[in-house]
Amino acid sequence: MIKRIFGVVIVVLVVLACTESDDTGSGNTTNDTFDRVAMLTNIADNIIIPAYQDLDADLNTLVASKNAFITEVNQANLETLRTDWFTAYKTFQAVQMFQIGKAEELFYKDRMNVYPTNTTLIENNISTGNYVLSNASNNAAVGFPAVDYMLYGVANDDVAILNVYTNANYINYLSDVIDEMQSLTNSVLTDWTTNYRNSFVVNTANVASGSVNKLLNAYVFYYEKELRAQKIGIPAGVFSTTPQPLLVEAVYKEDNSKELVLEALNTVQDVFNGKAYNSSNEGESYKTYLVALNRNDLVEVINARLDVARQKVQALNSNLKSQVETDNTKMTEAYDALQMVVVSLKSDMLSALNVSYVVDPNDNDGD
Amino acid sequence: MKSKVKTYLTQTTSAAPLAVFRIGFGLMMLYGIVRYWLKGWIDTVYIQPKFHFKYYGFEWVKTLGDYTYLLFLICGLSAFLVAIGYKYRLAIITFFLSFTYIELMEKTTYLNHYYFISILSFLMIFLPAEKYFSVDGYRNKIQYKNIPKWTTDSIKLLIGIVYFYAGLAKLNSDWLFKAQPLKTWLPSKYDIPFIGESLMHQNWFHYAMSWSGMFYDLLIPFFLLYRKTRVVAFFFVVFFHVFTRVLFPIGMFPFVMIVSALIFFDADLHNKIIDSIRKLLGGFSAKAIETKAVYRPKNRKLVLSILALFFTLQLLIPFRYLLYPNELFWTEEGYRFSWRVMLMEKMGYANFKIVNGETGQFFYVDNQDFLTPLQEKQMSFQPDFILEYAHYLGDHFKSQGHKNVEVYVESYAALNGRLSIPFIDKTVNLYAEKESFKPKHWILPFNDDIKGL
Repeated sequence: MIKRIFGVVIVVLVVLACTESDDTGSGNTTNDTFDRVAMLTNIADNIIIPAYQDLDADLNTLVASKNAFITEVNQANLETLRTDWFTAYKTFQAVQMFQIGKAEELFYKDRMNVYPTNTTLIENNISTGNYVLSNASNNAAVGFPAVDYMLYGVANDDVAILNVYTNANYINYLSDVIDEMQSLTNSVLTDWTTNYRNSFVVNTANVASGSVNKLLNAYVFYYEKELRAQKIGIPAGVFSTTPQPLLVEAVYKEDNSKELVLEALNTVQDVFNGKAYNSSNEGESYKTYLVALNRNDLVEVINARLDVARQKVQALNSNLKSQVETDNTKMTEAYDALQMVVVSLKSDMLSALNVSYVVDPNDNDGD
Repeated sequence: MKSKVKTYLTQTTSAAPLAVFRIGFGLMMLYGIVRYWLKGWIDTVYIQPKFHFKYYGFEWVKTLGDYTYLLFLICGLSAFLVAIGYKYRLAIITFFLSFTYIELMEKTTYLNHYYFISILSFLMIFLPAEKYFSVDGYRNKIQYKNIPKWTTDSIKLLIGIVYFYAGLAKLNSDWLFKAQPLKTWLPSKYDIPFIGESLMHQNWFHYAMSWSGMFYDLLIPFFLLYRKTRVVAFFFVVFFHVFTRVLFPIGMFPFVMIVSALIFFDADLHNKIIDSIRKLLGGFSAKAIETKAVYRPKNRKLVLSILALFFTLQLLIPFRYLLYPNELFWTEEGYRFSWRVMLMEKMGYANFKIVNGETGQFFYVDNQDFLTPLQEKQMSFQPDFILEYAHYLGDHFKSQGHKNVEVYVESYAALNGRLSIPFIDKTVNLYAEKESFKPKHWILPFNDDIKGL
């Protein structure tokens, strides 16, 4: 009997606790559970796939202009080839962060954009004619940075560059590298459209292999390591004792390396806000996810910090190499502004969404 | 009063509950060691990292490289010997030392329940847990039906302290009036069957969980002590820990607490458990063993003084945070070893800057070059980790030939759903700061108030 009474007392206490809590609540009510499938669908259908489609088209154009160039090596064809290469490079900034699915499996970004490119390795490949481009050991000799070198850096001026392409080995290598980029991108795109997209949008489990987790981890990793550090921090010398102007992206073209950073930064913000690749429509994304968790404050901070970072990048010389060489302070200022976004993403957003950033290998009692 | 204490100390109780506790404890610890080993954590936590975070005062504890496996083997073996009660005293001392040594090797993996196991095994060194139903008894051909009541009561007291103090720690405004951190954690459990999509994001549910968790921790020791409520209370123990196990990756802790709670039951239950183990073992008890009525420890006075000191410390240590001026959750000065479980969602970001004090030249450190992801995560929001790491970096770059090394950190931390704010004073050269029990003046103010204990 007494046993029962105490049982009832406990139940009552629990119930009391519940009702009491409603009165003492801070007024924050979490809305209905957030629709993660809608978020993944928006990001896949309106951002990732259109970006890959755009890049695929750009690379097809690049292959065509490369074919024209190798058929007839002349200044006009070289100019077209260079323009198409840079167009594709800009578009590539919109997909590099999606290192998931086929892209992860193929080490896509490592075969598309490792810089600084290894010119010794490239020259060695060209002279021997003996290379397997898909080999990981060739990652620093392929992709956009290798083409950068081959179109701008392989000789001192355009006359000399055109002269280089009288050598069939150079033509073959340029052709192979560009074809490889096109075919790699095409396999990633094809996988998204035929296969991966459908499993991706429904895989909402909050586990390391879940889509939300993978996408978010890739996103934060990309922003911190590849955008903030590689594009700005490393050339500005923040991780070394002296500035490293030769480590900027597109170092041989050099005159417009800033544009690549801006493209990358815009994509980061668009993904955060769920803005479609081809239009200004916004759908479900991290922004709406945070709003659903009552974290509008964080949404504002993140967008504000991204805006500041963009201003700081815009204030840079369009040639980042010469910016580092002439006035590196502006570079470090841009870095500091980019850094503030990392703070918001890593210590605030990952915490708020409670998605583990690293696969937590251990027990945790939350102490 | 004095005579009451005296009478209490002469009271005896059945030896069966403590024997069952010994068996349960030993087997769970054995399982825990095997589990840790199989998950590959010995390698990732103790062998792979270049650098290990150490507890203040225990910097001398060295990691053992591949011999760490040997240490785990010793620990697991001693746990098994504790379970069967073979050379019990030696086994439990070995277990206490090896387990504690393992924990001291790396601060990153600090968990309240590892600390609990450490001090519980220390306590068990002084308890006659092998006097009944043990290999020792079998070999010595003697066992005791009864033991002093204070021996089993000391375990109940320790468990009671763990729960009650965990409950006290929940009496704060974040937990009760903001339902934090549960409000952050529960919505991410949306993929749990049945309740994931229906309950986990509900505001009322966050508060219900917070408040019932608080009541549970504060009251459960008393409901377990009182005979009439014991069964119901035990049902709650099972439900509560199974539920938290479903929600959070808390490893062995729920099972340790469930099995430990059995000690509150009368000897009937334990005798039944022992009988069924006997049946399982078959002819184990074939040999005639002399059974004596009461075991009386020889060094009773010494043991009782040690236990008195032990429990005084246990009661005081969690309150040491009162000696520090600032917000406990922010500075974490006096946070550990206090049964503060699941109280904070805290994340940080720490960016270290190595400066040449003379020329002002500097560069930033990529933490990945030195720390594992788990270490980096834990370091980023705990000041003592940040200081220790700053010294490690300073030493490292000094040994690399850098001159006039100064180490600064630009760091931010976010606590319980607040926006992140600057955490450590970035103008302080941490390489020149020493770890001590004094308040760390280089932790920036929290600028908010968490009321309560």
